[in-house]
Amino acid sequence: MAANTVLNYLPRKSVVHELTGTTKLAFFLLFTFASMITYDTRVLICLMLFSFAVFHLSKIQLREVRFMLVFMLAFLFLNNLFIFLFDPDQGTNLYGTRTVLFHLFWRYDVTAEQLFYMFNISLKYFVALPIAILFISATNPSEFAASLNKIGVSYRIGYAVSIALRYIPDIQRDYHNISQAQQARGVELGKKEKLISRLKNSVSILMPLIMSSLSRIDIISNAMELRGFGKDKKKRTWYVQRPFKRNDWIALAIGVGLLVFSAVVTFWDGNRFFNPFQ
Amino acid sequence: MRSPIISFQNFSFQYRAQKQPTLHDINLNIYPGERILICGPSGSGKSTLASCINGLIPFSYPGECTGTLTVDGVDAPRSSIFELSRHVGTVLQDPDGQFIGLTVGEDIAFALENDCVPQDEMHVITDRVAGLVGVENHLGYAPHELSGGQKQRVSLAGVMVDQVKILLFDEPLANLDPATGKQAIELIDEIQQKSDTTVIIIEHRLEDVLWRHVDRIVLVNDGRILADTTPDELLSTQLLTENGIREPLYLTALRYAGVAVTPEKQPDHAQRLLLSDEDTQKIRSWYSACTPAPQPDERPVLLEVKDLSFGYTKEKKNLQNISFQIRKGEMVAIVGRNGAGKSTLSKLICGFEMPDSGAILMDGRDIADDSIRQRAMRIGYVMQNPNQMISKNMIFDEVSLGIRNTGLSEDEIRARVEDTLKICGLYPFRNWPISALSFGQKKRVTIASVLVMGPELIILDEPTAGQDFRHYTEIMEFLRGLNQQGVTVAMITHDMHLMLEYTPRALVFSDTQLIADRSAAEVLCDPEMIAEAALKETSLFTLAQRCGIAPPEAFVERFIEYDREVRSHGSEHGA
Amino acid sequence: MQKNSIKTVVAIGIGAALFFVLGRFVAIPSGIPNTNITLQYAILALLAVMYGPVAGGLIGFIGHTLIDLSWGGSPWWSWVIASAFVGVVVGLFANKIKLNEGNFGKKEIITFAIANIVANVIAWVGVAPVLDILIYAEPANKVFAQGATAAAINSIAAVVVGALLCIAYSKTIAKKGSLDKE
Repeated sequence: MAANTVLNYLPRKSVVHELTGTTKLAFFLLFTFASMITYDTRVLICLMLFSFAVFHLSKIQLREVRFMLVFMLAFLFLNNLFIFLFDPDQGTNLYGTRTVLFHLFWRYDVTAEQLFYMFNISLKYFVALPIAILFISATNPSEFAASLNKIGVSYRIGYAVSIALRYIPDIQRDYHNISQAQQARGVELGKKEKLISRLKNSVSILMPLIMSSLSRIDIISNAMELRGFGKDKKKRTWYVQRPFKRNDWIALAIGVGLLVFSAVVTFWDGNRFFNPFQ
Repeated sequence: MRSPIISFQNFSFQYRAQKQPTLHDINLNIYPGERILICGPSGSGKSTLASCINGLIPFSYPGECTGTLTVDGVDAPRSSIFELSRHVGTVLQDPDGQFIGLTVGEDIAFALENDCVPQDEMHVITDRVAGLVGVENHLGYAPHELSGGQKQRVSLAGVMVDQVKILLFDEPLANLDPATGKQAIELIDEIQQKSDTTVIIIEHRLEDVLWRHVDRIVLVNDGRILADTTPDELLSTQLLTENGIREPLYLTALRYAGVAVTPEKQPDHAQRLLLSDEDTQKIRSWYSACTPAPQPDERPVLLEVKDLSFGYTKEKKNLQNISFQIRKGEMVAIVGRNGAGKSTLSKLICGFEMPDSGAILMDGRDIADDSIRQRAMRIGYVMQNPNQMISKNMIFDEVSLGIRNTGLSEDEIRARVEDTLKICGLYPFRNWPISALSFGQKKRVTIASVLVMGPELIILDEPTAGQDFRHYTEIMEFLRGLNQQGVTVAMITHDMHLMLEYTPRALVFSDTQLIADRSAAEVLCDPEMIAEAALKETSLFTLAQRCGIAPPEAFVERFIEYDREVRSHGSEHGA
Repeated sequence: MQKNSIKTVVAIGIGAALFFVLGRFVAIPSGIPNTNITLQYAILALLAVMYGPVAGGLIGFIGHTLIDLSWGGSPWWSWVIASAFVGVVVGLFANKIKLNEGNFGKKEIITFAIANIVANVIAWVGVAPVLDILIYAEPANKVFAQGATAAAINSIAAVVVGALLCIAYSKTIAKKGSLDKE
């Protein structure tokens, strides 16, 4: 498994792909923030339509990201279920009224407010999902480090992210090999064992993994130092960084615009929640 | 005379954590454009010497330096790693550890990025250097899409972007299959001619480095320089053998045949070697005087693999239609280039993966339904890197792990572990922490931890990778001892010496298929097979041909037989 | 020191990769249905003790963000921040636990256990649910119930497995220093 499959990078020619990684990272953060602060249904619907449109522009097909979609839908369903089970009146708490549609059992009434609240929660998922999928599927992982650096994160931290992406496949392979060899010696993590021996057994797999990772850290840091990493305290240049073009500025402007829009509409009447019940 | 580019004067070094210096009173001059091989057994100080040149010592591994060391005009111990990296490019041993970038292009450009070179300039330099080492068509590739040899080329390119005057290679052959190792030596040769750099190679695999010309060999042992002379001079002495370095096999053959090795004979390469008629005659008569070893009797089949096919994904097969048998008490080598399917085969046999079709039989019984654990009681698997198997601190705990929870009482467990430790020569160390053991001893611990389960067959992945001659011999003699006690042994290996000397039979894999099942000597004397399986012909083959001995594999087999006699008696006789 | 700073960068990267692999692919059934014990907080505890609070925090942050991204969703920031918080808090105790010198006795085990329990309880019963309520307006009793489960599970993993790892690791370095040549 390669770094680009860890995060499911799907290269192709599209307006979205041609934006620089920096733009995509910044836009992703602005948009996430815009959708995070608001619970205003009108804003969420606008944002959702926007994010579906961008997804369409990227030329990425739904079936290519099926796995992520299914996973997130299942997560969404479970989360809604838990919200309802734990607090069937969260909607009432937020919107101040209680319109019972029908009674289920025990303390569980289905109220219009609760349904509307859960509808909004689900909307938030649908707002964020396409942009999140795009961020990882349309951004070359090689651009991550440079992009983080460009938006103001220290290049050392940016490079740490790059190292993580580079070595995840290697460490995954190590883990796999180690755990197979240990299984042959009776080290099981499955249900056959008692919980405490499962935990103890996990040490028999983690220990070799850690020791080989520590020696990897030594080798990599020597190799990086021999090739001058950290020579300049403040900056370094990047092989993969691309220059900003007109579209990058437009995308950034849209991102900032959406955030301002979301903030203004959400907070101008002093409430995060659009309330149709009053 | 020109002034040296690297000069050690009365130089000593002591690591902070050690009581004694690792390098003593080194005096060594290396001149611009020279090609130097530094060789010595493990722990001799050769890597320490290299680390002094690139600055890892004393800046990364602190300690005390005395005397002087000048590298390209720089006072090395008082400079910095960054300063030295402008003069010395180091290619480390581990191809994955030093491949830092997510793609080839990024990795080559790494040093330029750190130097804040503007991007367009960076791309120009990267393209040029990539072309120099022949990876210009792979710039967008991720490391896992490359072979070991390609990764090494990328590493070399990554240090050449700095226009260094000195190239330092730390055990460049350790992780490569024989054919790729040969190409690596050819590449170093080519690059040196193109770029007019000074090249220093640290290796203990002497014969493989000498595939291309080197100017001088510096022999290091116990932290001192024992010899600093031309290959022809050094090969004519016994110094190499005395210091745990294996001399080229053709020279050992000459000595056995009573031919004196002198510098005038140009002994540094089997093709260049000057043989008089008298010499050739001596070799021939030595050959005919040796009696062929008796063929062992056929024993019952232990493991049978029938028409086995497997792929990790549906699209690509990793193994196709593999069939072979291993008989009880055999010692078999499994060879072929990386990715040919050797490791996959062992995973299928151990039950880590399930075959798409075909069957695996033990004693004639299909083991498809046996779990990993059930198979492990009969088939032991030893990983290449002992550090990836060892999970306990104490030897006893590590070895007993595999027989816990099998219904044995504590006394029975103790007895079995102690027996196993005795067999493995680890009994005196039974109360030691594993961290205090050497690499070779750790390897034995992992073998013991598999043996304790009482397997009839053990499969070892690269048992001797990265080992010098002494450790190689130690590990292999131990395995042979086990084999003589009745354990069947199969080894995945790149080591041609191992194949020749220890395994009468070799299974050769190439591109998902089993392409040969023959004697190791035959395989290594068959040029077609060698090319297909990324092996390298043995220099004994070259020697046999030059002396007109046919078939060459018979000569190779006699040599191995004779060599084993000599080594097991500890002295030469009959010469 | 120059050297340490490069090593820390690499340790953060490799640590985040370990965190990712364990959090994403390895799950131990806990005995409670649908609840698995994952081991990334054990490794995080060990690495935070070895490399300090900054590295610990970044390993948690980067590792957790990558896990969320790999599942396809937007990172669940409240929990990402909680992971970073665990790394920082455990790392702050590192001064008291001189693991790199091979000391990991009774006193250190107790310190280590307290550090991990404190860090995990505050992170999962405090930081994560409060942020969940602020950012996502989720019902309080739901997020606190989730947080309490996470706190329990991650504390167990970190204390039991993490301490065993620290003990094993400390023994591998105990014998180093002033070794004579063999």
